[in-house]
Amino acid sequence: MSGLLTEAFLSSLLTGAIVAAIPMLLAGLGEQMSEKAGVLNIGIEGMMLMGAYLGFFVAYETSSLWMGFLGGMLGGALVAVVMAVLCVWLGLNQIVIGIGLTLGAEGLTALLHHFQFSRTYPRLPAPERLDIPGLTDLPVIGPSLFGRHLIVYLAVLAVIVLAALYRRTNLGMTLRAAGERPAALDVAGGNVLGIRVVAVLFTGAMAGLGGAYLANIGAGLFIPFMTGGAGFIGIVLAMLARGRPLWVLIGALIFGAALSLTTALQVAGSNIPTDVIQMLPFAAVMLVLVLFGRRAKLPSALAASYERGAR
Amino acid sequence: MTQAADNRTDLSPETGAGIIGVHHVTKRFPGVIAVNDVSLTIHPGEVHVLLGENGAGKSTLVGILAGLQEPDEGHLTLNGRQTRLASPADSLEAGISTVFQHSMLVPTLTVLENLTLGAPWYQRPPRARIEARMAELQREFALSLPLDAVTGELSLGQQQQIEIARALLRDSRVLILDEATSMLTPQGAQELGARMQKLVQSGLAVIFITHKLAEAYRFGHRISVLKQGALAGQMGPEQLGAMTEDQAVDEIVRLMFGRESGAGTAEQRQSSARDETLLRVEGLSTQGDADVLGLADVSLSLRAGEILGVAGIDGNGQKQLAEALAGQRPLTAGRVELEGADITGASVAQRRRRGLRYLTDDRLEEGSIAAFPISENTVLKDIGQPPFWVNGVERPSRIAQHARDLIAKFNVYTPGETTPIGRLSGGNIQKVLLGRELSGEARVVVFNKPTYGLDLQNIEASRRRIAEIAGRGMGVILISTDLDELMALSDRIAVMEGGRIRGVVKNDGSGEALRLRIGRMMAGEEEREEQPAPDERKETTA
Repeated sequence: MSGLLTEAFLSSLLTGAIVAAIPMLLAGLGEQMSEKAGVLNIGIEGMMLMGAYLGFFVAYETSSLWMGFLGGMLGGALVAVVMAVLCVWLGLNQIVIGIGLTLGAEGLTALLHHFQFSRTYPRLPAPERLDIPGLTDLPVIGPSLFGRHLIVYLAVLAVIVLAALYRRTNLGMTLRAAGERPAALDVAGGNVLGIRVVAVLFTGAMAGLGGAYLANIGAGLFIPFMTGGAGFIGIVLAMLARGRPLWVLIGALIFGAALSLTTALQVAGSNIPTDVIQMLPFAAVMLVLVLFGRRAKLPSALAASYERGAR
Repeated sequence: MTQAADNRTDLSPETGAGIIGVHHVTKRFPGVIAVNDVSLTIHPGEVHVLLGENGAGKSTLVGILAGLQEPDEGHLTLNGRQTRLASPADSLEAGISTVFQHSMLVPTLTVLENLTLGAPWYQRPPRARIEARMAELQREFALSLPLDAVTGELSLGQQQQIEIARALLRDSRVLILDEATSMLTPQGAQELGARMQKLVQSGLAVIFITHKLAEAYRFGHRISVLKQGALAGQMGPEQLGAMTEDQAVDEIVRLMFGRESGAGTAEQRQSSARDETLLRVEGLSTQGDADVLGLADVSLSLRAGEILGVAGIDGNGQKQLAEALAGQRPLTAGRVELEGADITGASVAQRRRRGLRYLTDDRLEEGSIAAFPISENTVLKDIGQPPFWVNGVERPSRIAQHARDLIAKFNVYTPGETTPIGRLSGGNIQKVLLGRELSGEARVVVFNKPTYGLDLQNIEASRRRIAEIAGRGMGVILISTDLDELMALSDRIAVMEGGRIRGVVKNDGSGEALRLRIGRMMAGEEEREEQPAPDERKETTA
């Protein structure tokens, strides 16, 4: 095994972990807000995929990654608008609608991609990196941690911003109240449906951004169905994180590492069968669920639509 | 109490000049008129008590004032001007704060957060300002709260203080307290009473909703009694001030439980009771919790052919008693004997096979499966049993035949036995359930509010059936909140209050006097007259 612990192996493991973690982190942070507000957003996979598609398309057309990210957020938010209308305003079943949105977005993005690019998969140029003088030159961790695109640092910054928002502002309190006991928020003069709509749209935007990262930075191209369950892992992360953004980050890094281990092991030329290696991330999900799943603490009113005065 | 009486004298209510006016308000829900043409005036400096049984419309009226519901007819006025309260935010804006029957706090938030709930999202929680105000409130009203404690970990009394504090922090002019003492200890209720007096002295109007008569008199300056959604009567400060507590309570009992003029007089049924004791219940107790009252030491006996009525304001343990008898609720103590055999440990199915049947008041949720056809609902309690199941295989034709017989025998109005039961009217569902419970060898039938929510015709039919059942020698326990029904059908009436039997009275046909006596016990007032007659005592403790 000592042959595995080379600089190249570790560096590619770490790099891969971060690249794989960022979409899940963004999706998980988004899902977390929506769950706090009482909306279980199963459509997040679809929002991510729509973000990936629109993000790639905009970046490809404008040759600007930042415009691409914006497009991705818009794409995710567009799917979220449907969720907000159906599940928050009209009070339809969040699970059914969520599954529907995911399936719908999968089909729609595949169709749009086919319509536009037929069977070609054009690539974006490699993204510019934000080199931090000194730090980037460190061995192993230098290039993997400090030579990333600016969006990576913004995603980590979002963890801190969200943590402060949940803890220290009325907005965070309103979100928690909407998910825990919406009737109490309502009679206190708060706007339950309003805050839930905001949370769902935020989830869509974050998931869309995660999708755009996956397409534009992670892969450099769009392939139908490319999210491959990253959104669902985001749901798992949000549920296990017990409302703490930092735990979403930690969880995302663990899953990211498991994912990148598959690549890294293949790069290192280990003689473990590829099929077994590719099972790793999923085994990791199951392991974490078995170990920590019971400790997941969910808001009381999660997945329950709110209607004033209903008994 | 004396404090309230003192206040009463120095209050000079300006009639007509209320903060809130309720004008001919009517609110309908599907199948029910919850509030029927009610008019009230709420005055500053007064504790206005709204008194009434469950279902009398108190909570709906609170909902209307709190902006949760809007009236179908009539309107509200605020300081004499017509107003609409279309949302809780509107109601708060108008200076009305409500402490609901069920806590409206978020248990996972801290006290401070709950106090600021509903504030604009862009603001920072104004900790310093709230701390200063809380210090004031502590001086004025003895409200002291740990601001950083997690709300769900505090006692119910403290949680209620949070809600009152929240109302005061908002500078409300009207405070509504819905069933505010139901969760409190007697001590806590006393403190709340004193606090209300201080609040009205500072110029607020307090609307205090309760179904406890003594509290109404002790805390209230003005009492309005609601009955079946309508205003049954009102007592102003002068009137109350001139009365002793006993006189006031008598008057309230008359308003709450008295017979409405014009209502048809139900003929009292001829007793068919025999000597043989069918069911004997001794010292029955169940576990209670915050939501469900426990039973405490309930003893009863029931003879063949007898109807034992169980009276009480809804939610005083009647349902728990029925469930405990049916075996659906675990006992902490006590003994149940059916025809001399101990069935205390028997399961629901065993009791049913022995002939103890229970007709639930929750016809749609507990009594039937709405989407299933009538036929399957008729055998719901016999699943797997012959003749409807043979060796685990369902026999649809036998079930269908059984259902058709039942439909014919009980005059169920339905297109056929394959119709989902949920499509039937309440009365017809009731007939199906009754048919189900009476099939086979029924010995004792426990009815829980059998006529609740039925139309007049079905009520009559149901009562006839109940009398018939007793006439055939079965024992009937008839739980009802309708005193007229109990007095028309029962041989004896047991009165439940707070999970206990307050007393068992013989339905001796003494009419109004008996009604008032039962009403008093229902309200938790101790018997002031003689104790239950010796023969009855012997019966219940034997």
